[in-house]
Amino acid sequence: MTTVTKPTVAGAAVEKLLRMYRQMVAIRLFEERVNDLYTRALMPGLAHLYIGEEAVAVGVCEALRQDDYITSTHRGHGHCLAKGAAPHLMFAELLGKEAGYCKGKGGSMHIADPATGNLGANAIVGGGAGIATGAAFSAKHLGTGRVSVCFFGEGALGQGVLYEEMNLAQLWKLPVIYACENNLYNEYTHCSETTAGDMLARPAAFGVAAEAVDGQDVRAVHAAASAMVERARRGEGPGFLLLNTYRYLGHHVGDIAREYYRPKQEEQRWMSERDPIALHAQWLAAEGLVDDGTLDRIRAEVTAEMDAAVEFAMNAPYPDPGRVDEDVYA
Amino acid sequence: MPDTAATVREITFGEAVREALAEEMRRDARVVLLGEDVAEAGTPFKVLKGLVEEFGRDRVIDTPISEAGFTGLAVGAAMTGMRPVVDIMFGDFMALVMDQVVNQAAKIHYMSGGMWKAPLVVRATMGATRRSAAQHSQSLHAWPSHIPGLKVVVPSTPYDAKGLLKSAIRDDNPVIFFEDKISYAKVKGPVPEGDYTIPLGVADIKRDGRDITLVATSSMVQVALGAAALLEEVGISAEVVDPRTMWPLDETTLVNSARKTSRAMVIDEGYVRYGVTGEIASVIAEGAFYDLDGPVRRLGARHVPVPFSPPLEDATVPTERDVVDLARKMCNR
Repeated sequence: MTTVTKPTVAGAAVEKLLRMYRQMVAIRLFEERVNDLYTRALMPGLAHLYIGEEAVAVGVCEALRQDDYITSTHRGHGHCLAKGAAPHLMFAELLGKEAGYCKGKGGSMHIADPATGNLGANAIVGGGAGIATGAAFSAKHLGTGRVSVCFFGEGALGQGVLYEEMNLAQLWKLPVIYACENNLYNEYTHCSETTAGDMLARPAAFGVAAEAVDGQDVRAVHAAASAMVERARRGEGPGFLLLNTYRYLGHHVGDIAREYYRPKQEEQRWMSERDPIALHAQWLAAEGLVDDGTLDRIRAEVTAEMDAAVEFAMNAPYPDPGRVDEDVYA
Repeated sequence: MPDTAATVREITFGEAVREALAEEMRRDARVVLLGEDVAEAGTPFKVLKGLVEEFGRDRVIDTPISEAGFTGLAVGAAMTGMRPVVDIMFGDFMALVMDQVVNQAAKIHYMSGGMWKAPLVVRATMGATRRSAAQHSQSLHAWPSHIPGLKVVVPSTPYDAKGLLKSAIRDDNPVIFFEDKISYAKVKGPVPEGDYTIPLGVADIKRDGRDITLVATSSMVQVALGAAALLEEVGISAEVVDPRTMWPLDETTLVNSARKTSRAMVIDEGYVRYGVTGEIASVIAEGAFYDLDGPVRRLGARHVPVPFSPPLEDATVPTERDVVDLARKMCNR
């Protein structure tokens, strides 16, 4: 008689799996508070929420070193947090406060953090492609061993500069990963209406290693990203990850009536069947790696951290208008 | 200028540009050149000839014909420890890189609250009368001059080109450096061997005068100097002021010259409408109004796409004759 034994998960691996859970919860709770601040008219402008896509940023960033680079997008809070940004400084930036990452000059779409290799979120779709590829150029030229990840949505597949950068990256074997988050919608338009042919065939045409991944499965994302990052670090060139995911909410916080472009049942199906946090929690429990108490405790800790972060930002002062001319030139 | 005559040679504008690049690449390993046919070909203008032999293909890097691609890459490289100099073969192709320059390079320092810097130089050409027609002849230096976060340099002499390009490469900001194509081989002048820099934002008085100030940029400095010599023959003493950089703009020197002469004309090869002549004219009008004998006048490219046929093209660019005629009218002589 043969017994099937489950592979044992070592301590360090458990820690990583729990950290990924925690980071996903952090992004979810961060974004819920952003939505709340917007709804209560406490936040200037708009924000593009990452809820539903948490496993993508977390799985990828967990494969990176602190000094590796990322570029982010208009929907960038998740990337910034996953790379290690501090929530209180992010909230302060979202509220336009002096204490924010960018002294209130950037806002939701431009959070940058040199300490964690975050080259900046970018409000031009595909706008990070050149910067991320250039950071990979520096890494190779200076021999730092760093890798660069360019996050973008599938909407950026319509931008020509992305292909110019992939061509350069493959020609020069640059250590850059193009992380395409396919949340199915270019703003309010389904990607099938905007994207001809096979998405993966595009990087493949340049000879860029490309792979599709279930973007709701944080472990699958992490495994695929780790392999590509290490490959790039070895000098074997760029990679392209097509991360299939879903944006639970609107294009931005104000996009509430969405039925003209997608049915409610579709949203419900993703939320109830494909939620990255729930899926990971179920797996952790099924593997016997956690009890309910552990995950509840993590959630409670993150909740307290986020509440304190919001409070910090709400109480922080606005910048003095006299500083508006600072930082135009270095 | 140098202390010993022995160190000064007469070299062309193009040679001065090459010398600045070579010297900066020797002093700073972070400086790399990127562009189309910059290596063995040395660009179609041969301005970079010989650099790849000295610095190798790791630092003089031929790119695909992807202006937005390699300029965007240079922005990221600049942010992460390099000092890239990109070559935009024809200034008209600035249209292809404007997102990378205007939305990325110009703004990252401000958007990040001063945390990131993009010390990048974009070298682009300008200037008509090469019979290259509408897409290879424009002078588009007004475009980046409109954008906070960018510095814009328009050298007119070999001496200025070398000293200003060195400053541009050492600057921590994105700098757009416009080189007049005709000047590459045609304009010669004294240039010291070895290192010197010219700060960005300091105008140069190319010729002293009493009766009228001719503010001229890039290719138009030679035109203004030629006109000044002709004006001398009719008893008009013209001062020629070259701002050298569109931004930062040395407003003090421009205003002081106009206050001294009481008349000012601005001559530039870009389009007049919404162009740099308008900006400079208003700076002078605001700063020297009570000392002026009349309105500041402007000469620039005719407001048409640059035509191919020589008699048509020649009608689009200000000439010495245009400057002389207008100056005489302004001086009533």
